[in-house]
Amino acid sequence: MTTFVWLLPFFPAAGAAINGLFGIRWFSRGVTAAIACVSMLVSLALAIAGGVNAARAPIAREVFLGEWIPPIPAVTLKGAAAFHASWVLLIDPLAAVMALVVTGIGFLIHLYSTAYMRSEPRGSYARFFCYLNLFCAFMLLLVLGGNFIVMFVGWEGVGLCSYLLIGFWYHKGSAANAGRKAFIVNRIGDWGFLVGIMAAFFAFGTLDFQAVAAQAGRWPIERAQFGGLSIICLLLFVGAAGKSAQIPLYVWLPDAMEGPTPVSALIHAATMVTAGVYIVARNAVLFSHAPLVLAIIAIVGALTALMAASIAIVQTDIKRVLAYSTISQLGLMFLAAGVGAVSAAVFHLVTHAFFKALLFLGSGAVIHAMAGEQDLRRMGGLKRYLPVTFVTMVVGALAIAGIPPLAGFFSKDEILLQTFGRNRALWVLASITSLLTAFYMFRLIAFTFYGTDEPSSPHPPHEAPGTMTVPLMILAIGTIVVGFMGIPRTLGGANAIEHFLAPSIAETRAVAFLKVAGQPDPPGTQEMIAQAREELERDRAAHRAAFPVSEATEGRAWALMLLSTLLGATGMAAAWRFYVNHPEVPRRAAERWSGVHALLLNKYYVDDLYDATIVRGTFGAARELWRVDLRLIDGFVNAWGVTTRVLAWMSHMIDKVGVDGAVNAAGWSAGEGSFLVRRGQTGLVQNYALVIILGLFGFLTVYLLAR
Amino acid sequence: MLEAIAFYGLAALILGFGVMVITARSAVHSVVFLVLNFLAVAVVYVVLGAEFLAVIQVLVYAGGIVVLYLFVVMLVNQKRTPEAHHDPHRKTGLGIMLASAVLAEVTAIVVYTASAPSASPIPVSSPVVGGNTEQVGWLLYTDYLIAFEVASMLLLAAMVGAILFARRMD
Amino acid sequence: MHLYPITAYHYLVLAAALFALGATGVMLRRNIIILFMSIELMLNAVNLNLVAFSRLNGHVVGQVFALFIVAVAAAEAVVGLGILLAFYRNKETLNIDEVNLLRG
Repeated sequence: MTTFVWLLPFFPAAGAAINGLFGIRWFSRGVTAAIACVSMLVSLALAIAGGVNAARAPIAREVFLGEWIPPIPAVTLKGAAAFHASWVLLIDPLAAVMALVVTGIGFLIHLYSTAYMRSEPRGSYARFFCYLNLFCAFMLLLVLGGNFIVMFVGWEGVGLCSYLLIGFWYHKGSAANAGRKAFIVNRIGDWGFLVGIMAAFFAFGTLDFQAVAAQAGRWPIERAQFGGLSIICLLLFVGAAGKSAQIPLYVWLPDAMEGPTPVSALIHAATMVTAGVYIVARNAVLFSHAPLVLAIIAIVGALTALMAASIAIVQTDIKRVLAYSTISQLGLMFLAAGVGAVSAAVFHLVTHAFFKALLFLGSGAVIHAMAGEQDLRRMGGLKRYLPVTFVTMVVGALAIAGIPPLAGFFSKDEILLQTFGRNRALWVLASITSLLTAFYMFRLIAFTFYGTDEPSSPHPPHEAPGTMTVPLMILAIGTIVVGFMGIPRTLGGANAIEHFLAPSIAETRAVAFLKVAGQPDPPGTQEMIAQAREELERDRAAHRAAFPVSEATEGRAWALMLLSTLLGATGMAAAWRFYVNHPEVPRRAAERWSGVHALLLNKYYVDDLYDATIVRGTFGAARELWRVDLRLIDGFVNAWGVTTRVLAWMSHMIDKVGVDGAVNAAGWSAGEGSFLVRRGQTGLVQNYALVIILGLFGFLTVYLLAR
Repeated sequence: MLEAIAFYGLAALILGFGVMVITARSAVHSVVFLVLNFLAVAVVYVVLGAEFLAVIQVLVYAGGIVVLYLFVVMLVNQKRTPEAHHDPHRKTGLGIMLASAVLAEVTAIVVYTASAPSASPIPVSSPVVGGNTEQVGWLLYTDYLIAFEVASMLLLAAMVGAILFARRMD
Repeated sequence: MHLYPITAYHYLVLAAALFALGATGVMLRRNIIILFMSIELMLNAVNLNLVAFSRLNGHVVGQVFALFIVAVAAAEAVVGLGILLAFYRNKETLNIDEVNLLRG
């Protein structure tokens, strides 16, 4: 399996190439959809095989595919070194989990899109699937990349696909603008990411994940001072914040909802936006040596979670509510990563991918049924018309609200538990967030499916076709089931996911080895795997010994679990009371706290703030620079031009009077001076012959006279 | 005695045909007299013992070049006689006078030289043994080989040049 | 110098006369073709001279030289007549008096 890991991104890329090169012009919708879905299905099968393999042999395997950038001399902290990049894929438990999420959810969303995008023109349909496949290929490259460079290729590739898909309906001005906004905001993050990569190379002399982790593990932990590792981590986090929509770079994600709904589900909820969390998890060792940056990450994550959740409770666009919800959940993941619970962050990433994809696809079904209507206030009473969508969306909403035994409960509870152990203030923020989450999610459910208002569309709404509802049902089942792999020990579970991910995150990781694609395993692989298993078992035992399941910790865990369930239930109940039983309450509340309401409705005026400062500042600076151009540079150029013209005129006059005069004078003097000689030139041949004979005569005469 | 008769007879023929060449009205007549002139000169060569040159004279001059002249005379279809226009500056009389004077002077020089005591009359020596053609060929292919090749190159160049000139330039 | 016996000098006088005849032709005629023919006469006179001297010296080098002159004469005739044809195509005449482009 390991050897064929490169096929994972290859199949979607091939699908994208086929659909992009030929499909837009020639393929019917059916052929296009079949190519896209089959390529994803093959990748999914390969990802499952890889996951099984990773579970069996918990060591990291690097697969070397080929050289890319030949060695270039470079200077690093440790003296001269050679910068080089090669195509290396890394498959370990973390990459396997990510690949499974990307291919699994990606496949379901491809399937869903075949029906959802049915009304598109044929060429546009193929274009959509080309982009979607390309996205999956780049996302797989991102999660499987064995070094920062390969990962960066995937990182930029998904950014490109995100831009293309947000602006998929490019003739719509707002969609095109949203695409640009996402791209530009991501550029800021990518700047940080790239500088971080360079700094990492400068510090470690290598960009291979395994090697970086091994070297970072030997550096002292920067508890007090903000040293080199902290700078690298902070720069990487800037990139992560851009991609994962954290404060202050989250503004692009709500606007990204201009894209088609499956895109929102796949890219802007389940996969791409989690790339930021992924790089923190991938470089867990590196980050764990920079606790100050981890603190910053935790604070930013918590604040983002709370802020986005508070905005979500007043939004009226169904997809924007989900977008802010996504930002909020991503904030929770960063909070978890920030407090050191990396495996909890990845666990939440996985569960969130399921239930958020489910919610987005459900909202897509609702929008589909409402013929494009996205405003919550115009919906209502859809429960009767969309039974499948209703049930699956309620499952998703319960999951995100943290109601046991659904997936969201386990992952969120793990985060809250770990945060409580680290910092109470952040725990409070996270708890408020989960309360608000339950509230806005059931507000959405209430608006959409309950209420007496008949839907405003002229013909009655209808349930989506099977190709859309089947993915919904599969995701709903996944949402129920996927949490069971992370049942905490308190509940008698094994917390399987944490143990599964441990080799990728633990500092004492098993030795990685390099494997060239197409070659058999190097000798000693089996021994290495066995040794790695042993080490892990030892680590696990040591961990159990260090943190025994005592009565106190047990009790605290139970209490927190109950509390979070209670908070979720409270939020649900409040939403129920406000929006189903007493619909006039929210309006009164809005009137009473009109300032707060306006603040939330306008998203804390952050967009306006950016517009007033950065956007206008850029425009203003550009205008000033333009003025400088106009006055100074153009003036200089014009002055130069005038000078040249004057010089040229002078030169022209010198030519005309001086040089031409001299030449003409020479010609004139030659012509006039030759008036005597000219008469001899009669042009008659015989005259010339005459001269010859005259010469002969003269010569003979002289000869005769002289003898 | 026999040689004297031959010489004076041939000299009369040569000069007579020469006069006819330069005085004939028609160019065709001129060409015919030119042929006769050349043939007479060839006979003189034979008398002088230059048999090979005589053959060449007949073949190249009387046979080749003169035919070329005839072709040209026929090619140029004259609409008006070439003598129609007369340039007053050409001074024909002076030319003829000078030519005659030159002839007189050369004759005088020759006669004086022949009469000079130092140069007693040298009789025409007897023909060299070994055959004239063989000797000429021997010299041509040994001492004068390079000159011979250069002459052939000259003829080639002349041929190419003539074709270029005579080609219609449109 | 006497009329008899015939010496090489007699041939020289004959050649001089033929040369003068050619020169006279060049001076007298206006038809370019006849001009060329006069030049041929002059070349023949030269050949006659060479052959006479060859006889005088009892050596055939003079004849070899005469051969080269024949070759040069052929080349001259060919190129000259080619020019003549080209000229005739342009000006429709063979009058040497109308060939005066070099007039100053």
